[in-house]
Amino acid sequence: MNSTPAVATDVFAPWEDPGATPLIRFDHVTKRFGSFTAIDDLSLDIYEREFFALLGPSGCGKTTLMRMLAGFETPTEGLITLGGQDLAGVPPNRRPVNMMFQSYALFPHLTVADNIAFGLKRSDMAKSEIAGRVDEMLALVQLSKFASRKPHQISGGQRQRVALARALAKAPKLLLLDEPLAALDKKLREETQFELMDIQEKLGTTFVIVTHDQEEAMTVASRVAVMDHGRLVQVATPEVIYEQPNSRYVADFIGDVNLIEGRVLECTGGKCRISWAEGVDPVTAIASETLNKGDSCCIAVRPEKLAISAQRPPDAVNALSGKVLDIGYLGNISTYHVGMPGGRVLKVQVANHNRLARRPFTWDDEVWISFTETAAVVLTS
Amino acid sequence: MNKRFSWFNATSLTLGFAFLYLPILILIIYSFNESKLVTVWAGFSTKWYGVLLHDQAYLDAVKITLKVAVVSSTVATILGTMAAWVLVRAGRFPGRTLFSGMIYAPLVVPDVITGLSLLLLFIAMGLDRGVGTIILAHTTFSMCYVSVVVSSRLVSFDMSLEEAALDLGCSPFDAFRSVTLPIIAPAVISGWLLSFTLSLDDLVISSFASGPSATTLPMKIFSQVRLGLNPEVNALSTIMIAIVTIGVVTSSVLTKRASVRRQRQEQAALAQG
Repeated sequence: MNSTPAVATDVFAPWEDPGATPLIRFDHVTKRFGSFTAIDDLSLDIYEREFFALLGPSGCGKTTLMRMLAGFETPTEGLITLGGQDLAGVPPNRRPVNMMFQSYALFPHLTVADNIAFGLKRSDMAKSEIAGRVDEMLALVQLSKFASRKPHQISGGQRQRVALARALAKAPKLLLLDEPLAALDKKLREETQFELMDIQEKLGTTFVIVTHDQEEAMTVASRVAVMDHGRLVQVATPEVIYEQPNSRYVADFIGDVNLIEGRVLECTGGKCRISWAEGVDPVTAIASETLNKGDSCCIAVRPEKLAISAQRPPDAVNALSGKVLDIGYLGNISTYHVGMPGGRVLKVQVANHNRLARRPFTWDDEVWISFTETAAVVLTS
Repeated sequence: MNKRFSWFNATSLTLGFAFLYLPILILIIYSFNESKLVTVWAGFSTKWYGVLLHDQAYLDAVKITLKVAVVSSTVATILGTMAAWVLVRAGRFPGRTLFSGMIYAPLVVPDVITGLSLLLLFIAMGLDRGVGTIILAHTTFSMCYVSVVVSSRLVSFDMSLEEAALDLGCSPFDAFRSVTLPIIAPAVISGWLLSFTLSLDDLVISSFASGPSATTLPMKIFSQVRLGLNPEVNALSTIMIAIVTIGVVTSSVLTKRASVRRQRQEQAALAQG
């Protein structure tokens, strides 16, 4: 995708600067629970001011990783440092880290204001300053009117904001968010994602968010780490994760994708020609490594990067003919399931620019699917 | 639910309640009996209540009983809460199953056995039997009840609340004191009330653990009954029933009101989104 080197001055990308020191460093960290390995020899750097997302299915180790940062779990092996300081043996109450819990964990016997003041009262902040700080946090999350309410007297969305304000009140170096939006309904969740980003940008605090929702991770994060079985599969910006997944697992986990198994015919200059079925034209796709003739591989291409037409587009590099099997109408887009010779089905997404009545294709139509050579990525793992 | 009236339901309800409350009702009625004979009605009078108030032996027994109940239930609540916390929170440690089994065992061990073994222990230790040993004995058995009540609350307690307190700078003890304890307070209080009640009416274990200097109210009543029934006992029992009834009714009304208020506030919170 971006073959031009990132310009450090106007793009926030400390991970591309070899001179930058990370705020958090996981150095060959392993965590075992009995015979189960939750985190497997993992190394990771997270930089200051990042909004970093740990993404993966449940049981992949993302929550364990976060709980080790908060101090609720200790690594079996390896080293975790925060701002150069070794965190081993530092209890949760002495770490400059705060956490927002999935259940929000608001103290039900305290008012909203007392919940936010809870951490401040246990810090070295002067008593006279606490009230001011609480007001400031209430204003940040727009809850000033609700200061004297108890948690059960406010709505779910408001509770989520109280939890955020409470975790931010002590101005931690690092804020951990454990599935912060999982309990909200879809519409509120989308609004809150943007609010979170605004707050993070305003405060400049480093945020680490754990989520299983790939859309959420893509929306809020500056970088996403995709995890599986206690390992990092890919750590990159949302664009790279989406456009250049490094494995079938990542391609399949993030968004919709067509995965086509095939064999390399030739590979030169970062482009590979791949044969994927008998008697069908081979396709050309970009590859990040040079592959040998005969290697088995997989082509990943996103449904929205496929074009559908009645005639073969004359200038198309990759064109395949097939038959429309199914059409799913989602309002803004339509998904076509197109059957290829040999039984393979490709998903094609088309934006509905026109009214439904003018849809050009219908069931059982013979169509051509075409895509550019940069739309498809060759995966080997 | 079938809410229609039927003779079968009405009869079984009446019989059931009669079985439960008729003895108590008779006891209350006879406490206002003029006659010295318990079984013969000789007109309404409150004179036995007057006699009771001037009977030093009874008043002493009441004083000892209350002292034993307050001290033993308080100590039992502290110990039982600690035990519950360890059982629920400490996770797996060697001997956990044995420990939890042992804590609940006194619930099923017959009182006579508990009393006898305590008596043997006190003799072996050379402790003078009296109020102190009764308190020890009551603490021993009520502690189990407290830990059952409190641990059932702790099981449903959201662990992340405690973690949040730690995360916000509390030491583990501070987290327990300022977050866990206020939230589980209702369970702790009902544990206290339960052990208070148990201590108040325990006869068997007290009899084993007490010496000549200490007689609790149940012991006093029991020995009195063996000498022959006495309307004074009826009066005393009526007073105890009245106290317990007032206590139960007040606490359930308060609980009900609190839950209604809470529900209304939650609905209001939902409505305003």
